[in-house]
Amino acid sequence: MSDRAKMIVILGVTSAMARALADEFAKAGHPVILAARDDEETAFIAADIRTRCEVNAIPMHFEAQAFEDHESFVNSCIESGEGTIGGVVLCYGFMDEQPKAQSDFDIARRTFDVNLTSAISVLEKFAAHFEARGEGFIAAISSVAGDRGRQSNYIYGASKAGLSAYLEGLRNRLYHRGVHVTTIKPGFVDTKMTFGLPGLFLVATPQQAAKAMYKAIVTRKNTAYVPWFWRYIMLIIRHVPDWQFKKMKL
Amino acid sequence: MIPSSTQRLSGWGRYPAEDCKVFRPEKRRSVHEILDSGQEPHYIARGLGRSYGDTAVNGGGGVLSTVRLNRMLSFDEESGILECEAGVSLAEILEVFLPRGWFLPVTPGTKFVTVGGAIANDVHGKNHHRDGTFGAHVLDLTLLTPGGDVIDCSPESRKDVYWATVGGIGLTGIILTAKIRMQRVESAYMKVDYRRLKNIQETLATIRETDAQYQYSVAWVDCLARGGALGRSVLLLGQHAAPNELWPGTGDPFGARARKKPGVPFDFPGFALNPLSIRAFNGAFYAMHPSRDGKIIDYDSYFYPLDAVNNWNRIYGKRGFTQYQATFPTGKEDGLVQLLERLSAASCASFLAVLKRFGPEGKGLLSYPFEGYTLTLDIPMREGLLAFLSDCDRLVLQYGGRLYLAKDMCMSADSFAAMYPRAGEFRKVRRELDPKGVLSSRMARRLRLAEDTTS
Repeated sequence: MSDRAKMIVILGVTSAMARALADEFAKAGHPVILAARDDEETAFIAADIRTRCEVNAIPMHFEAQAFEDHESFVNSCIESGEGTIGGVVLCYGFMDEQPKAQSDFDIARRTFDVNLTSAISVLEKFAAHFEARGEGFIAAISSVAGDRGRQSNYIYGASKAGLSAYLEGLRNRLYHRGVHVTTIKPGFVDTKMTFGLPGLFLVATPQQAAKAMYKAIVTRKNTAYVPWFWRYIMLIIRHVPDWQFKKMKL
Repeated sequence: MIPSSTQRLSGWGRYPAEDCKVFRPEKRRSVHEILDSGQEPHYIARGLGRSYGDTAVNGGGGVLSTVRLNRMLSFDEESGILECEAGVSLAEILEVFLPRGWFLPVTPGTKFVTVGGAIANDVHGKNHHRDGTFGAHVLDLTLLTPGGDVIDCSPESRKDVYWATVGGIGLTGIILTAKIRMQRVESAYMKVDYRRLKNIQETLATIRETDAQYQYSVAWVDCLARGGALGRSVLLLGQHAAPNELWPGTGDPFGARARKKPGVPFDFPGFALNPLSIRAFNGAFYAMHPSRDGKIIDYDSYFYPLDAVNNWNRIYGKRGFTQYQATFPTGKEDGLVQLLERLSAASCASFLAVLKRFGPEGKGLLSYPFEGYTLTLDIPMREGLLAFLSDCDRLVLQYGGRLYLAKDMCMSADSFAAMYPRAGEFRKVRRELDPKGVLSSRMARRLRLAEDTTS
């Protein structure tokens, strides 16, 4: 079967960026499995992709924090009957206000459960499947917030730093098995997460971000900043020495 | 708290502008949560912001952006019926369906409007004399009322709600989805006949003679010409082109693609557009378009000449402009001639005005078009303009004419009441659907369609 026809799994498709990314894969002719917690919205997005792109789009229920259901979820993706799975993209994430995450441990734990623990749970199962086949890709949306811990967002940032390190190790392991892993680090994108927030600059639309993500995935990039110039912004920020960084209001 | 963003919003004319709290739901269910939250005193839905005046401006209240609720839900290849959410734009519909041989049943002069906006303003196009308004091609729609009910309405069921919503400038509820019947076309090109006409009498007579033979008809009028040349125009008569009418070597008959758009990078200074530069432009346009038959033009250049320039409203500068559109009933063409004379004498410095004959009136209670002639022109904002327009409004009224809500920004509540005889019926339906006045806008308060709670 040609690479074109392979099915792509999008986890957390109800975010604007994930929906736009699903659209990119569908426009390229891939059938898609669209997974998210909100069944009603997932069904709308699946209908949209079927109508616009004339490919099959299968809605599936997926809950990041229902770890015990991940195995049967991955199996139903594999057995969905739309051919082999070409790759999976993890797009969901959870962020609450930093002060809340500091004072309410449940929020801090939820940040880690959704952003890191659930990623390990579900991606390991896809990894095993791709490893056995010796092909496929795994991509996940991490964040520039994980490149440096800042007082304004360090609990979310720590979960994304963990995700980035996890993906790096997974990439290292699967490289030897012909499976590629892409880490995507978006800067500011005009999504529900950032809507109405002050102090944003160089904000990309979800469609622009999705096009860049799609390109990074199909050209098998290791770590892709989206839009590309965030690589250089983060290069500078990463090189600020700790003694200076701790004094900054970030 | 549902997150919102404070933005200074205006219509496409950039006047008037007010601070509004903008909500942008990404889930269907969030729409009701916002209306129900009580965070703002009232709300109005807003699509892509192409209404010129204050239809979708709500200072001191909430604005509910529908742009992320833009899912297409189904399409039937046999009947051409598309079901989609209100935030889908006409540009998206063309991008998806024109290559498959389907075109919009009715389109206004820009494709950057949403389906919800097209219904709420019951927009019309160059084919109104034949095909009616956009609303005439909507089979049914679902409306979320301020009370939280989702009403499925159509010309057959819940007629009262349906005809209050078609043209109802967003005051009956939030349109969630609609079913639209598309038209089949054989190519993405238009075949256009041009008629260069010497004055207003010749223009009106030629429109009358030719309308029945063409699906699309519109005249570009040089409204700076005076005296015997008053109302000189170029009449464009269009049909969808058949594949065998295209230039040899065109290839795919649906190959015409939307053009790349340059933008206007800054606001033009006030002096950039003056009677001289505009007179020169209008004269050149008239000179460049002699009568000829059968010119083939791609759909984008034919229907959306201004869409080729992003933010073209910036050429009128920061002060903004208004688009004045007045319709005069058949038999009252004198009013139209007088309006032209007045505009020409005032050197209002408009680019070309657009003149078209409307077909019969639709059933939307606040729908704009009715049988007669409609004249549209841009007028830049300046000192004293509001008083001048108010004089024009009186003239329009005197001849039994009407102004278009999608464009108006200043007419009085009394003028509105006189121009829209079914407004009383509209208010009655609205009272039932929105007894607490959850929906409101600057226009609604100005025209006394909603309570002004601030005074």
